[in-house]
Amino acid sequence: MNILKNNYMKQTESSFLELLEKYPPEESNLIPLLQKAQEKDGFISPGKVEEIAEYLKITESEVFGVASFYSQFRFTPPGRHSVSVCLGTACHVNGGETLLKTIERDFEVKPGECTADGRFDLNRVACLGCCAIAPVIKVDNEIYSNMNVIKMNDILGLYE
Amino acid sequence: MNNLETIREKSITEWQSVRQPDEPVIFIGMASCGIAAGADKVKAVIKKTLEEYKLKAKIVEVGCIGTCYLEPIVDITVKGQPRISFGNVDEKRAEYLIKKVLIEKDLTKTKPLGHLGPESSNGMPHLFEQSMLKHQVRIVTRNCGLIDPGSLMHYLANDGYIGLANALKKKPLEIIEEIEAAGLRGRGGAGFPTGKKWKACHNVKSDTKYLICNADEGDPGAFMNRLLIESDPHALLEGILIAAYAIGATQGYIYIRAEYPLAIVRLRNALNQMKENGLLGDNILDSGFSFSISIKEGAGAFVCGEETSLIHSIEGKRGMPRTRPPYPAQSGLFGKPTVINNVETLGTVPHILRNGSAWYRKFGVEGNFGTKTFSLVGKIRRSGLIEVPLGTRLREIIFDIGGGTMKEFKAVQTGGPSGGCIPSELLDTRVTYETLAGIGSIMGSGGLIVMDTDTCVVDVARYFLDFIQKESCGKCTPCRVGTRHMVEMLEKICNGEAGPDILDKLESMARLVKSTSLCGLGQTAPNPVLTTLRYFRPEYVKHVKDYYCPALVCNELIEYEVIKEKCTGCQRCVSVCPTGAITGPRSEPHNLDTSKCIKCRACYEVCRFDAIAGNAIIITSRKE
Repeated sequence: MNILKNNYMKQTESSFLELLEKYPPEESNLIPLLQKAQEKDGFISPGKVEEIAEYLKITESEVFGVASFYSQFRFTPPGRHSVSVCLGTACHVNGGETLLKTIERDFEVKPGECTADGRFDLNRVACLGCCAIAPVIKVDNEIYSNMNVIKMNDILGLYE
Repeated sequence: MNNLETIREKSITEWQSVRQPDEPVIFIGMASCGIAAGADKVKAVIKKTLEEYKLKAKIVEVGCIGTCYLEPIVDITVKGQPRISFGNVDEKRAEYLIKKVLIEKDLTKTKPLGHLGPESSNGMPHLFEQSMLKHQVRIVTRNCGLIDPGSLMHYLANDGYIGLANALKKKPLEIIEEIEAAGLRGRGGAGFPTGKKWKACHNVKSDTKYLICNADEGDPGAFMNRLLIESDPHALLEGILIAAYAIGATQGYIYIRAEYPLAIVRLRNALNQMKENGLLGDNILDSGFSFSISIKEGAGAFVCGEETSLIHSIEGKRGMPRTRPPYPAQSGLFGKPTVINNVETLGTVPHILRNGSAWYRKFGVEGNFGTKTFSLVGKIRRSGLIEVPLGTRLREIIFDIGGGTMKEFKAVQTGGPSGGCIPSELLDTRVTYETLAGIGSIMGSGGLIVMDTDTCVVDVARYFLDFIQKESCGKCTPCRVGTRHMVEMLEKICNGEAGPDILDKLESMARLVKSTSLCGLGQTAPNPVLTTLRYFRPEYVKHVKDYYCPALVCNELIEYEVIKEKCTGCQRCVSVCPTGAITGPRSEPHNLDTSKCIKCRACYEVCRFDAIAGNAIIITSRKE
């Protein structure tokens, strides 16, 4: 955590503290608090880990241990747009992996990372539940169905 | 009780106003699948068209009827006519339909799917005569796509909360006996008798008990729970109340995936409506029963579908399983007696309480009563969500309901990553918990992934194992290390780097992981490998002996080629190739440099579908 922490200034924002106080300081609220922190910043910063740990009176390593267990949480800032490629079974048999590899190659980015210019962060998701119109990708909050490499490139072009 | 009946009377009037309206009513299927297919754009066009022609009509958002291949779906009701359903309504067709149906009042050339009224008009078939719908028995999904999931009134008008009202007149034990008599078994996959689970918890004395609804639908390729919650949230909530009353719980949790934002919104909305109408909180319907429900959003961990992991996750811990006993019914959430039921199980409960166990036992077969929903996806013509009685043959599901496969049928995977691949010889198997287990698969939560000859079963096995390996929580060694070894072996097979002796090693590792893992995730993880080895061994042998992938899927074993005689020299492939592997002047056959080709499929797609291209690019495997 320390290596990560040195990269950021600790910022205690009063608004996050207010948010924290809406939840009773119980361990069962850890995951909802992490979700709120990520909703706010787009990722879980070391500063937020510290604040949550302090609020719930548990150690930072316990907070980070839980956060790193769940795939929803990311520890690096997101890009301007979030691209998720669905790799559920239906998407897989209909070519989802080719879509992921194409983005990895064209934008020189790996899942969980962000492009150098900050344009896209790339994520693989297990299933968006849109299996009947597979393969699908999700850009920000928009789901695009029945994708292929060519259609996908046109769509990504819409997001700068 | 009177209060509910007063609201119900109001609700029937409201429902009647959209069923037999004076002004036209337009229903748009707005579950997340419909929205992904473009339903919100269609809605915008419909609004614009109505304004443009100064037409008065009411727009009602409904859920999804399950015929996903027809999305977006729009229904229109005009005065004196039954509700008529239209499929594949894109923006252009939406405008056309409004003009045709509302202005010209002419249904010719509108290609309706069918009507939904009691009476047929001008010989039009009922919507449920459609091939995908007519073989189904819709109990849990009966309201899906028909009512507004945002309206408590629509739910009440369709016999909503009658099951709860009946339940509250009974003693908890009587309810449990009714559920036991109905023979309802857990629809999450394992098939444990629901009544037995409830009874175990009911019999434990404790001032605090919990009821958890497991809506962490983690199986990739399955969306039954999402669709039910998005289309009919009150059905689930009514089931939760009945279950809670039966076991004596005072607090409930719905553990739902964060990947289902729309389902969460609709649940929250439904919970508010319940509170406003005395269906949640203190002294529900003046019965003395008090109960509240919290929504817990999952944070993305497949293993949290396992009940002890799920409990840990709600407690704010890493979602790791523990050994049982003690079972959650004795010591579950925060150490208190807890029942965990799947969405579909709870969604079935109100129907049993409303119609009785004898009615429920009319569906299905001995030991496997009732219906089960399945998401029918993959290489299937009519994909979507279906509900059939247990005991239905796989062949009926795939061919009569699903319309068969694109190319020749090869296999169907039931039960997601924990299930098995079933070959065509076994298509006459009746779908029950026991028969599926008998052929090496499981019922699972209901994902049915259909594969045709374009699907490589070795690649599918690799895919599932890779998924499980990434989702393994790491607590026990067989699952953590064993699945890793299995993935490595499968990758070698797919990459043409393994010899025939690897198959026996893979099989023995699979058996080891199956017999020694701690929880259901690890114990079932080898099923895709074991079943594909059992039913499709020749396909594995081709990969390791001849380095040949018959389905032309495994990238390291295939090559792309331009058939010179067919190539029109249109240059479409040249423009899409990201590595400059394809070259050649216009109007002359192109060259493909296989040393530069990264097998991204872009040229193949464009050559197959572009009007001026000649379908000249083919994929071959080494043996050919």
